[in-house]
Amino acid sequence: MAQVVNMPKLGFDMAEGTLVRWVINEGENVAKGAILAEIETDKATVEVESAYSGVLYRQLVTQGTVVPINDPIAVIAEPGETVDLEALIPKVAEAEKPAVEGPPAPEVVERKAPAQPMPAPVTEVAPAIAAPVLASPLARSMASDLGIDLRLVQGTGPGGRITKKDIESYHAKPPAAVAAKAPSVVAAPAFVRQTRNVPLPRLRAAIGRRMAESMQQAPHFYVTHDYNVGALVERRKEINALLSEDDKLSLNDFVVRAAALALLEFPNLNASLDLKNNSLIYHGEINIGVAVAVENGLLTVVSRNTDQKTVHQISSELKVMVARAREGKVRSEDIEGSTFTVSNMGMYDVDQFTAIINPPEAAILAVGSAMQVPVVADGEVRIGTRMKATLSVDHRISDGAEGARFLQALAKYIEEPLRLLI
Amino acid sequence: MQRITMREAISQALWEEMERDPDVFIMGEEVGVWGGSYAVTRGFYDHFGSERVRDTPISEATIVGAAIGAALTGLRPVAELMTINFAFSAFEHIVNQAAKLHYMFAGQMVLPMVIRTVSGGGRQLAATHSQTPDVIFAHFPGLKVVAPGTPEDAKGLLKTSIRSNDPILFIESATLYQMRGEVPEGEILTPIGKSRVQRQGKDVTIVTYSKMLEISLKAADQLAQEGIEVEIVDLRTLRPLDMEPVIASFKKTNRAVIVEEGWRSYGVGAEVASRIYEEAFDYLDAPVQRVAQKEVPLPYNRTLEQLALPQVEDVIRAVKEVV
Repeated sequence: MAQVVNMPKLGFDMAEGTLVRWVINEGENVAKGAILAEIETDKATVEVESAYSGVLYRQLVTQGTVVPINDPIAVIAEPGETVDLEALIPKVAEAEKPAVEGPPAPEVVERKAPAQPMPAPVTEVAPAIAAPVLASPLARSMASDLGIDLRLVQGTGPGGRITKKDIESYHAKPPAAVAAKAPSVVAAPAFVRQTRNVPLPRLRAAIGRRMAESMQQAPHFYVTHDYNVGALVERRKEINALLSEDDKLSLNDFVVRAAALALLEFPNLNASLDLKNNSLIYHGEINIGVAVAVENGLLTVVSRNTDQKTVHQISSELKVMVARAREGKVRSEDIEGSTFTVSNMGMYDVDQFTAIINPPEAAILAVGSAMQVPVVADGEVRIGTRMKATLSVDHRISDGAEGARFLQALAKYIEEPLRLLI
Repeated sequence: MQRITMREAISQALWEEMERDPDVFIMGEEVGVWGGSYAVTRGFYDHFGSERVRDTPISEATIVGAAIGAALTGLRPVAELMTINFAFSAFEHIVNQAAKLHYMFAGQMVLPMVIRTVSGGGRQLAATHSQTPDVIFAHFPGLKVVAPGTPEDAKGLLKTSIRSNDPILFIESATLYQMRGEVPEGEILTPIGKSRVQRQGKDVTIVTYSKMLEISLKAADQLAQEGIEVEIVDLRTLRPLDMEPVIASFKKTNRAVIVEEGWRSYGVGAEVASRIYEEAFDYLDAPVQRVAQKEVPLPYNRTLEQLALPQVEDVIRAVKEVV
């Protein structure tokens, strides 16, 4: 029985996605779970897995096409099956119907059904490659003459093809301001670095949009707490001594679990505002998002039901997702569904910082570096290990006192790390 | 400047060349007493006499074969085949004898002969009498294939063809005889093998010839109202094919639509598109479009016949595909 594959919704605010690359060609076998295609959303390039096994009967969209969510992109059929596309997807069949002339309908079916079952093994997951730039020969030669990088040009032709018009309008854009002339009294610089005006990468633009929206709409307040992490650092050292090199735990893995456990007591901070209904959504799950720096921006990978997982579990899951994020091959489930976010810049020798709330969450925890500092205890100055964390909270959902109490609750876990290991 | 029909232009060309050169003579079915199936040679028989305006039996092979013999002996026959569909009966003589004798005998003799014939559909003459098989003949080296789309070109090209020492298939369009156009007074000799820009534009190049020139010009008028400026190149000769004005125009517009009355497969469009890919690939901004006859034996039914033939709307649609 033929199955229709639709453009998946990979984020709560996703309306459409670009089909960047087909991994499996028409006529090839598909195993359930195999990567079917790569889709670019505002956030990332995501691999789409097949939910069905069979033969990729038809790719309904070409590479580079922008497809609204839930619109059909492919049909998967049984080997040898002949599919009545019209019955299956009336809209597409209608659009594909030949005009006055063109091949008679049966030919379409013949062409698409493989002449004989291909000996193809189940398709392996292909390595990610950049999608080829679609451009007319003229556009290519013009770009080469003008020294224009085609990857920076937006194509407006069929299927996103870059045509002469696109090159002309790209070229016509006034070049970025040339470095200002040095006043005559000042010696001319030895050389002038070219000022460049480059289009914003999609991810950068998406982050900008979301962060601006967050800062404009959510009134942030900030509470900072200084944690004694002497014991945590010691415990971590002991535990890591037992673990293999690629299995070691980071301080952040502990902080993530600590935040999840503390949130159990603070449902307000694991909530989202539902402005439409003037209500508050208390999330049933505690899913901790962890901010990861990637090329051109940052992504938040999500540890699910973090309160129910061991630090080790949390750590190994995060490692896999972070690796995928850095390779640009993040999956939709890696980045969706967080209810609270931890942003840790400890590795950059940061005393403390404030983070912008990741909407529609209620709060975000910004974690600084664990540092050896002088501390006063029992009337004496000693060397202690401290780590600062700043909580940003949406004032529409919670207040300062609650934020402060959360940070205190967090202290219970961070300063007495055995609680994290129970 | 006179404003005359295609029929009058062709008639004038024949008349003037027969007056000029006593070696020129006409032969064909009903060309004499009857005055020609399309009335092109009306009055010729009375003026030039039965020696030079010869009615023949209904045998195309005989007509072409006799013309070849006459040409080899130094005369300049203008043989008329009532329609190009009947040229198949003379195919051997046209493509295997006329096109090759000069080469088979190492250039010892020339064949100064013209075969005039009529191509195209649209007059409800059904599948066997309505074809546009021009490209079949253009396939053969050794034969020149001329197919004018305006009265001026018809006159100028026919006069040049009659004076040429090569065998020439001169294809007229069945539905263009009534078409009027400006034709300069006096002697006009239009070179064979030269395409011509018939309309200037900057957005799309239409490449066409014969009857489809008229269709393309109408499409261009309508497109101009929508702000799309079409340039039209009239091939005028299918062999030798002059691509120079086509390529020059294409380098300006970067988009091409080829319009022909014959079938699409292996047609003029296929040839011209290939040449564009070969000679101007880096100027290509959109896939070349072809407008041609539907791939069916042409129906007799008027509505179906018109549906199968390329229409102004088809050209407009193709142009919009590429702009």
